[in-house]
Formats: sequence, C-alpha cells, structure tokens
Amino acid sequence: MADVATFDAQAVTEAVAEGIEKIKNASTMEELKAIKTQYAGADSAMTKASKAIGALPKDQKKDAGKLMGKLRADFGRAFGTKEQEVKAAEEAAKLAAEAVDMTQPVRRHPLGARHPLPKLMEDVQDFFISMGWQVADGPEVETEWYDFDALNFGPDHPARQMQDTFYIKGNQAKDAAGFVGSNMVMRTQTSSDQVRALITRGVPLYIACTGRVFRTDELDATHTPVFHQCEALAVDKHLTMADLKGVLDKLAVAMFGPEAKSRLRPSYFPFTEPSAELDLWFPDKKGGPGWIEWGGCGMVNPNVLKSAGLDPTVYSGFAFGVGIERTLLLRHDINDMHDLVEGDVRFSEQFAMGE
Amino acid sequence: MPMIDIDWLKDHVEIPEGLTYEQLAKDLVRVGLEEEEIHQSQVTGPIVVGYVVDATPEPQKNGKIINWCHVDVGDEFNETDENGNKVPRGIICGAPNMAAGEKVVVTLPGAVLPGDFKIEPRKTYGHISNGMCASERELGLGDSHDGIILLREYGFSKQEYDALQPGDDAMELLHLNNPVLEINITPDRGYAFSYRGVAREYHHSTKAVFTDPVIELSEKAPHEAKSVDGSAPVKDMEVLVEDNNPIHGVAGCDRYYGRIVRGFNPSAPTPNWMRRRLIRAGMRSISLAVDVTNYVMLDLGQPLHAYDLSKIEGPIVVRRANEGEKLTTLDEKTHDLSPEDLLITDSPNGEHASRILGLAGVMGGLYGEITSETTDIFVEAAHFDQVSIARSARRHKTPSEASRRFERGVDTQLQPAAVEMAVELLTRYGAGEGSRTPVDYNVTTRPHDIRFKVSEVARVSGLELDTNTISDILTDIGCHVGGGGNGEFSVQPPTWRPDLTEPCDLVEEVARLVGYDEIPVRVPPVPASGRTGLTLEQQRQRWISNTLAQYGLVETLSYPFVGDVDYKAFALDAKAIKPVSVEITNPLAGDRPFLRRSLLLTLAMTVQRNIRRGLQNVSLFETGHVFLWNPDAPAIPALPGGVKPTDEQLAALDAGLPEQPLHTAAILTGKAVDAGWLGDSRDVDWSDAVEVVTRISERLGADLRLNQPAADQVPASWHPGRYAEVTLPDGTKVGEVGEFHPHVNEALGFPEHSAAMELNLTALLPALDDKPVQAKPIATFPPVHQDLAFTVPTSVTARELEDAIREAAGENLESIELFDVFTGEQVGKDAKSLAFAVTFRSPSKTLDSSDSEAIRQAIVDKAAALGAQLRA
Repeated sequence: MADVATFDAQAVTEAVAEGIEKIKNASTMEELKAIKTQYAGADSAMTKASKAIGALPKDQKKDAGKLMGKLRADFGRAFGTKEQEVKAAEEAAKLAAEAVDMTQPVRRHPLGARHPLPKLMEDVQDFFISMGWQVADGPEVETEWYDFDALNFGPDHPARQMQDTFYIKGNQAKDAAGFVGSNMVMRTQTSSDQVRALITRGVPLYIACTGRVFRTDELDATHTPVFHQCEALAVDKHLTMADLKGVLDKLAVAMFGPEAKSRLRPSYFPFTEPSAELDLWFPDKKGGPGWIEWGGCGMVNPNVLKSAGLDPTVYSGFAFGVGIERTLLLRHDINDMHDLVEGDVRFSEQFAMGE
Repeated sequence: MPMIDIDWLKDHVEIPEGLTYEQLAKDLVRVGLEEEEIHQSQVTGPIVVGYVVDATPEPQKNGKIINWCHVDVGDEFNETDENGNKVPRGIICGAPNMAAGEKVVVTLPGAVLPGDFKIEPRKTYGHISNGMCASERELGLGDSHDGIILLREYGFSKQEYDALQPGDDAMELLHLNNPVLEINITPDRGYAFSYRGVAREYHHSTKAVFTDPVIELSEKAPHEAKSVDGSAPVKDMEVLVEDNNPIHGVAGCDRYYGRIVRGFNPSAPTPNWMRRRLIRAGMRSISLAVDVTNYVMLDLGQPLHAYDLSKIEGPIVVRRANEGEKLTTLDEKTHDLSPEDLLITDSPNGEHASRILGLAGVMGGLYGEITSETTDIFVEAAHFDQVSIARSARRHKTPSEASRRFERGVDTQLQPAAVEMAVELLTRYGAGEGSRTPVDYNVTTRPHDIRFKVSEVARVSGLELDTNTISDILTDIGCHVGGGGNGEFSVQPPTWRPDLTEPCDLVEEVARLVGYDEIPVRVPPVPASGRTGLTLEQQRQRWISNTLAQYGLVETLSYPFVGDVDYKAFALDAKAIKPVSVEITNPLAGDRPFLRRSLLLTLAMTVQRNIRRGLQNVSLFETGHVFLWNPDAPAIPALPGGVKPTDEQLAALDAGLPEQPLHTAAILTGKAVDAGWLGDSRDVDWSDAVEVVTRISERLGADLRLNQPAADQVPASWHPGRYAEVTLPDGTKVGEVGEFHPHVNEALGFPEHSAAMELNLTALLPALDDKPVQAKPIATFPPVHQDLAFTVPTSVTARELEDAIREAAGENLESIELFDVFTGEQVGKDAKSLAFAVTFRSPSKTLDSSDSEAIRQAIVDKAAALGAQLRA
C-alpha cells in the first residue's frame, strides 16, 4: 500500500478532461482502446482516485463520490459516442472497399436451351391436355396399311401418289396393286396414328398425336423432308363439324392470341368426308391481318372407322392436322426453314426455355 | 393444274361485268377450288390499234425490203408535226404482209413485251421508228412470226372490224392485259378439269346462271344405228373391247364412241380465238385438228384422240398388252408393256388387234397420228377404268392431260357430245363433213343410288336444314333425288361425279354449297372417361429435356439419315451395321440411305455444323427415334382398307416393323468452363457426360449405374479407358457414356476429350417406379460428420466402395460424398485412395461417440472385404 494515492479532486478532474479530449481526437478503435486503458484502466488516475476515496474523511467521501460518478459518466459518454462513430466509419470504409461493378457479366454456367419445335409440340399437347384429351404417338417407320390403306388411300388412289413418300427397303412383298415393295414407309402424316389409336384405345377417343413425318421434298426456305405435325382425332357419338370448328377456334386462340380464329374451306382428303382446308385468321400477318393456310381437317371418313372395326352409323368423329413448323414460322416470324432444321445453337438460344 | 380464263368461262355461265380474277378466285375457293396462282400479264401498254395510212417499200442492200410506214394511232398517240398538227407515226416494218389500209397492232414507246422487251423510239434504216407493229409471237399470243398481226384476219365480224378505231386499246382487244387464274383440283373432282365443271362450280358459289353445254351437244350428236332387219348396221368403225385381264374385275373400257370426218383441209389454220384460249390455258397450238381435240378436252373434260383414218384398219380392238410387247409413244419414248396396260390396237391386213396405236387414256403411239396431210379423221372419245389408267401412267411415268382426267374419273355420258363438238369445230374451221354413223360401244351403267337419310346432314355436319333445301342442293349438283318419305332420299349422283358414292359424300356437297361458314361452332364437352393429363412417361420425357437444357445444353433436331461417311467417322464396321439398319429405297441423298441406329451419328453432324460456323464449346442434346432393322423380320402383308384386320393380321403388321426406340443423346465439346475474370477454364471431358447422366438419373429417381467394361470390350467409337454402359440396377443396359475415341474426335473435327452420352428412353422409362414417392420422416437429431479415407486396389470402383459403406452404415447414413481421389507413391502401386465425407444421423436419438464409433467400425470391416484399408 506504499503508493496509495491521496484523493486529489483537481488532478483527477484534469486527467479525465485530458482523456475526453483525447477521445475526441481519436479516429480508430485501437486509439480508443488505448485511451480507455490509459484513462479508465486499472492504472488510470480515475481508478486510483476512486480507490483513494476510501481513505478520505467521512464528510468528504460523499462529494468525492459524486465527483467520481460524474467524471466516470462524462468519460463513458464521450467514449461511447466516439466508439459508435468510429465503428460506423470503419464499417463504411470496409463496405466501400468491398464495392464491385455489379454489371460485370457473370455466367458461370451456360444457359442451355430447348429447341422451339419440341417446345411448341409440348405447348400444343398441353392445349389438348387442358381439354381432357390424351397425347399419343406412333412409329415413324410405319406400315403402308396404317399410313394409307386404313385411311382410305387405296393402292390405286391418286392421292397416294401425291404424297412424295419415302419407301423402305426390306422384305419384299407385293402390294395390292401388284407393285413390289416392303409395305413400309416413313410415315407421311401423323394421321397414321388414327387407326392405331382407335384399335388400341377404343372409343370414345380424344387424342392428339404430335410427331415427325417425312416427305421427299428437298430442304429449301419453305420445305424440309423431315417435319412435324399435330394430328387431333375425336371419335364419339354425336360429334359434328360444329365440334371440329369449336376446337379449331380454341387452338387458334391458344397459339396466336385472342383475335385469332379459324375458317374452313371445302377440300379433299381420303380420310375425311366432308373435308376442309383449315385457314387461320392471323392478326400479326405481314402486311396486315389476314387468312393463311394452316392445315387440313374434316369428319372422319366412314371407311376409316370401318378400318378400326367401328360402325360409322353409330360413331362419328373429326380429325385435323396442323404443321408444327408452319405454326412456328408464323408465330416467330422465321423466314427460312434452314434456321429451324440446321441445329445452330444461336437459333435455339434465342428461345431459351420460353416463348 | 387448270388455267381459268374468264372470257372462256363466259361460254357456260353468266359472269358479272368487270369480274376480277381476284374475285373469281374467292368465289371458286368457297366451293373448294383452290387458287394456285393468278398469273399476271407479262405485257404492259400502250399497245393500240393502228391504221396503216401508207407503206413505202424501201429495198435494202442486203436484199430485204423494209416498209417505211405512217400509221394512224389516234390523236392521243399520234406524232405532232412542226405546225403542232397531229400526224400518223412513222414506223419501220420488215414484215412481208405489211400494207397500206390494214388495221394492225402497234406497240408504242413505253410498252413492255414478254421477255422484258422494252419498246423505244429507235433510229433504223435511215428513219426514226416511233413504235413497232407486232407479230403474234412478239405479244406472247402464239408461235407465229411470219408477219405482223392483221386484225382483219383475227376472227372479228365485219361489224366489229369496222368499228375498230386507231388508238383503241389493243391490250383489251387481244386480252393481252388479262391475268389467268390457275386452280388446284383435288383428286375427287375430276370434272373440274374442264370449263364445264368449273362453270358449274362458279354457279354453285354465286348462283350465276349456268348452262350445261353437254345437254344441247348430246341432243345434236348422232346415235349408233340399230340393226333393224338383221343386217349389220352402218357404222364408221368396227370397235371391239377384248379385256382378258380386268383390274378388280372392272373392264378397262366401258365406252368407246367414234366418228369420222372426211374431206378435212389439213392446212386450215386454227382460229385466233381458239389459239389464244389454248395458249392462255398453257397449251401449244399445233394444228387445227390437234388443237380442236385439246380444246374440247379443256372445255368439256373429255380426252379425245384423232387418228388418220387412212392409216388405220378396223376393227379397232381395245385389249390388254401381252407380255413382251413394246410401244413407242408420241414423246418418242419406248415402253415395255405390262399385261395390265390397256391398249388401243387396229387390225392391219386382217391381223386382229395386231398393231398398237396407243396406251389407252395415257398417250398415243407414233403410228396412226394425224399429220399435215390427213384429210380423213377418226375421232375417238372413250371412257376408261380409273385404276387401269392410273397404274399405266404410274408404271410408265407418263402422266398426260388425258391420264390426269381419266384417273380422276370422266363423265360416262359425255362422249357423243364431245365428239359432236369436235366435229363441229373441225368442219367449221377446216371444211369437210362429219359422219352421222358413229360407233358407240357402250356398257356403262348408271351410278348406284345412294340411300340418304336427311338426318345425316345434321348428324355429321351439325347443319340443321330442312328437307327441301337438301333436296334442292342435291338436284343442283346434278343428282336425281327420289323418295323422301321417312326422311330418306334415294339419290342418283350425276354421271360426272364418280366420287359420290356414300351418304357422307352427299353431306359434304350439302355443307359446302350451304357454306362451311354457316356451320355452328360448339366446343365438345370434356371426355367423360379415362385418365387425363400426360402419362408419367410423357412427363418424364419432358423432365429429361428440361434437365439437359437447364444443365446448359442446347436442344437441336437432326435428320435421321446416315451413310458410309458417318460410319467411317464413328469407326463403325459398315458391313456389320448395314444389315441391321433400315434402308430407304428413294433417299434424298444417295450417300445417306440408312436410318440411324444411334442419335450420336446425326447429332455429331449438327455439332460439326456449329463448329464449322466458328462456334465454340458446342454442347448439344437431342431426343428422337433410332431404327433397328431385324433382318429376320417377316414381310409385312398388304391388307385392304375399310375392314378391320384380324388380330393375327394386326400382329403381322407390327411384327414386320423395325424397333424404333426413343433415345436422348448429348455431345459436349470444348470448354466446360470458360476462362474469364471469374477464374480459369476447364476442358470438357468424360466427367461432364457422366454428370449429365447423373442429373437425369437423380431427376427421374432412376438409380442408374455405370458399368465400365475392360478396355478391350469398349466399342470402337469410344475411349477405351473412358467409357461405361449405363444400366438399370438389375444390370439392363439402357445407355452409354464416355469420351469419344481420339480418332473419332479427330475425324469429326471435335476438340480432344469431347464427350457424349446416349440413353434409350424406351428401355429406361417403363422400368421406373410409377408409384408416388414414399417420403421418409425428417430426423431432427444432431448429425455426426466423419471423413473416411481408404486405400483400395485400383480394380475396386468408387461405386463398389460407396455401396459397401452405405450397406454397413445402414439407416443411420444420411449422406455420403466422395471428396478426394488420388494415386501415387503414398498409396503404392495398383492402389488408389478414395476419401468420403459421410454424415450419420439417427432417426430416433442423438448419436454419441460410442454409437458413431460402432458405425465406423462396421464400415471399416465391410470395406476390408473389398481389400480397402482405412488410412490413418
């Protein structure tokens, strides 16, 4: 207890004042900590003065205590205020140092993309699914029976020669017209699924067949030998052309927006009677809204129903087919079929996952 | 397809004044005759009538005589002299028939003629020629270029000719400014291959008054004489039909009508109006006799044949060809005939049916044709079986104007009228006289009556029409409508509509004449039964595509055609692969006649195309079918339509088809990660392809395995040390993954280590669980993490060790992750170190150190069975 100091009010008041002055000038947490140690630490004048109060005469203790309370509070307040300031400044400096250019492009993973054709086929499928129909597909190498005969294209039917068919080699047999072949073709139309579906699924039947079809057209700006169709077939009791028109209008709207609608023109297909060309009212047609050809349709020919073993006096149905490529070209203002078939990534990437 | 000229159409139906071709196209399309194209005129004016005031012959040094003419072309177009007076134009004309006093056709400066021939004033033979007097050929009106058009010779009546004034618009006069409408005829409407048929359809569309020309012609046409007293009746030709090989039991010829024209002048020209019509219909004008047969065919739809009577000897016999017979047709092509070909023959020197005159209904032969000397003509109009003609035209690849009509069906009662029309035209313009003693072989039958319930119209079309409306429409298209009691008609279709055989055909007629626009619109109710929505397989296909796209791959589609060049690039043995590949008979590209057995071959072409276009890091995927030919597949039977095949027949159809599984494949090239400010680059390799498979496996919940064969078992397309089969847990192979063999990458021009994968979805998807996922409860006790590093022999796979750990850890294993692999001196020869981070968590309690130690010991014991030792 050799250097137990005596209480010196003036000295401690000055010491604290000096400390507070230093706090005011401090700018880092290190400085602040050092000041705290120096002026409020174990060896500080303030601590020593507090301890020295015990040795004061009783009547002086109260004033001395009061003084020390005030000094401690003054020091603490000054310190706290400054500490907050310094912390805020340091944090601000740190954040400022961490600032980046957020516009630097960040692409760690390539985006990837769906091809718009299969994507559109999925959209078309979803349209039919939303109506409670089912989605089907059949083989791409198909028997002539399903692709032609069952659809009322007899072996001598002129339309059978108009289809630009890819024929398949293979086991040779004579067809009904005496021409030798394998009775196998690359399907020329997704209509080839009609009788398959009728036979395997039975009636009532409401299906959409989306898939690839093949014709011997050279690739050019408007043709491709491999393309895609969506065939819709409904067979039930009490279906009429009115139902056909209803579904077509809905599909037109689903594909081309609320102003789109469909129109039928008399035409001919072996597998439908009555038959019609399907025109689309296309609001975004170049040069102004107008009608454009979209597909073919009609009421299922009784001979097709008979091919599936159904009684055409009891059942009726409608069928229609639209080209997926054609739909896509129109929707997206694509001018050249090459872009659609060549698989250039720059083409697909425009579509990413979206519309 | 047919060209429709409004001027000609007027012959049969009343056409409103000023009808445009655009409006005509609209009117016809409404009833189903579709516009192919409106061919615009290639001539622009001014082209006017000119009166030749004077023509001064000026002999030239080269011996030619040139006329210096003054031609009055009316005040509007005449020249102005120095006094401001209008005077006739000066025109140079070299035509020999130029003469003063003629009315001619003058093309004035500014006019453009076919071939983009622009008329301008030009200096020639010492004069300024301020226009040109035109020939037929110069105006695109025909082949004649012997002289200029003299309107006097152009088929106008005297009154009409006298009324022609200089300056009158010759464009209008000669139909030079008329477009022509080309229409498409669907295969069921053979009758519309004629003005008669198109005029009827125009009437159906617009209600314009239609007059069937055949009614009057039929009345005028003579009938074959009947035998009255037992003696042979007089007729122009003996005709026999001897068909020993009818197709489907249908005789090849059921009508043959013919008449003779004698004293015909073979040098008589075709009248200009007829020539103009033929040219506008797209046909060449050849000679009057030939032009008349073509004209009648275009007008009425009946193909005619004209023979030089002096060259043929009766009887004419219609018969099938004999094996080995040949015929050289008019186009000078020689054909080997089939016993199914129907022929027209005659009988020279009494040798019955020995000389072939032509392939019936398709094309005439070289012999027997009319020539520039023919004065006596035998005109033939026949009716042939559609199928027979179609097959002959197809067999000999000689489609003709005639075959096009016969194979679609020609009116069975049209023949006398057509010949009558031809005879009238031949005799009117070429002199001579038509006989009144035709031959008419006729075994045609009336079309079958169709029993037609009126209610069918509403049942099929949705149109609610009264009985009278339906009856009127059917009558208007030419049907005889009888009955009507009990709501049922007996309908006999007209003879020109062989396509009308079923009630649904009549429904179409009614609906199209009422107008498809009148049919109400109704949305069918949602089908009552059956499951709805995409099947799980269909959904999973989409997940796979979306997963691959989200992984960063770009979806493309490729044609399925492959050939030697692709087999070679993929180091495949062409001799082995071709017999099991589907081959196309008529491929577009002769060097790629086969269908792919793997998507990678055709996807690689797409990758190549992108790389050649300078794109980098090309990583693509495709979903599509591959085709596996079975050389032992049975032949597919030909079966008739309209009848459901038996179950055995249906099975036989499918048994002959190749398997066509659906595959998904991906090819990855270049950098997996590009270098950039974010860090260094990394090249694609096998691991990227494996990750693709893993992502699909996890997305599907498929638990796909990789089975890595020994290097010498790896297929030649793949890197022998970086290839695995993708299998189901039971070992069934469903795909392949790895790096291409360096030779393949080199052949394809791909970067080193390009990688790929291919999955057979048809094998994979049905093997997946289709039950809903059964969820495990989520444990909330604290986890225990441990790192376990093992030294194992190289032959032990990571998957084997992981499976062992999983098994030993049992239900307390929450996750396991391989985090380090290395080889080298530290682990010794033929060994490697595999380090796993594992997490244990009990569903029922907090694991203490003794619990986790027990699990760890179980793992170490299990791993030891594989020869794995825990590293310290």
